[in-house]
Amino acid sequence: MTTKTINQTTIEVDPNLPTIRTVREFDATPDKVYRAFTDPELVAKWLGPREYPVKIDAWDARTGGNYRYSGKNAGQDEPGFYGSFHELRENERIVQTFSYDGIPDGVCLETMTFTELPGGRTQLVSLSVLDSIEGRDGLVASGMETGVVEGYDQLDGLLTSR
Amino acid sequence: MTSDQLSKVFSALADPTRRDIVARLAVSDATVGQLAEPYDVSVQAVSKHLRVLEDSGLVSRSRDAQRRPCHLEAEVFDLMTKWIDRYRERAEERYARIDAVLAELDDETETEQGAAS
Repeated sequence: MTTKTINQTTIEVDPNLPTIRTVREFDATPDKVYRAFTDPELVAKWLGPREYPVKIDAWDARTGGNYRYSGKNAGQDEPGFYGSFHELRENERIVQTFSYDGIPDGVCLETMTFTELPGGRTQLVSLSVLDSIEGRDGLVASGMETGVVEGYDQLDGLLTSR
Repeated sequence: MTSDQLSKVFSALADPTRRDIVARLAVSDATVGQLAEPYDVSVQAVSKHLRVLEDSGLVSRSRDAQRRPCHLEAEVFDLMTKWIDRYRERAEERYARIDAVLAELDDETETEQGAAS
């Protein structure tokens, strides 16, 4: 009996739309959750996995601002991630673009909505919109080195066994 | 080689007619003629879609039987579900790190209030 299951992330990947939607609740009020997404000092603490810490190179969290970050141990020419803050509505909503240097033409539009829940909690709905179903599927399969390698291996086995 | 196969699966599923064919084959095997019935397109056009699906490994067709029914290779399709689940796990890990940051924020607030009182 842990309380862990309460805050589990749900995900929706529509087969007919190039979107990824996740919903997650937090044990904190919207102003705090909003701060965790906009204050660069706080963002740096959670943005990258422990084994892949990130270095924030730019973080101008205001409507019309921009951001950029890359792997902390990466060399100068290593690809990073960047985007624009399209709209920041304090404690309510963040709309931003997201791109990866490795895929120069790919851009994702992310809308995060913070809704106050009873008991000082917050529901975060995050909607990512890609420019094609293929691009969306690529994003779903990206960044999960072990998962993708495992997937490739299985796919390999399936495709060669016939 | 493998990433080429992966992108074949992705692009095969990027087309709405092919996704529909996959959805129907998930229910049961079907012949080209049966698959073409509900569409306002020729059997040739459906055959073309099936070739793309076959090439991606998503669909197979028996060589010997005269009707050559199409069969969905469910394992290949399941890989997509697996990737979605891994994406969800990764998102959850990230959100759990935010939980930790938020807990720290609470401690700070309590300390500040404690100091003020």
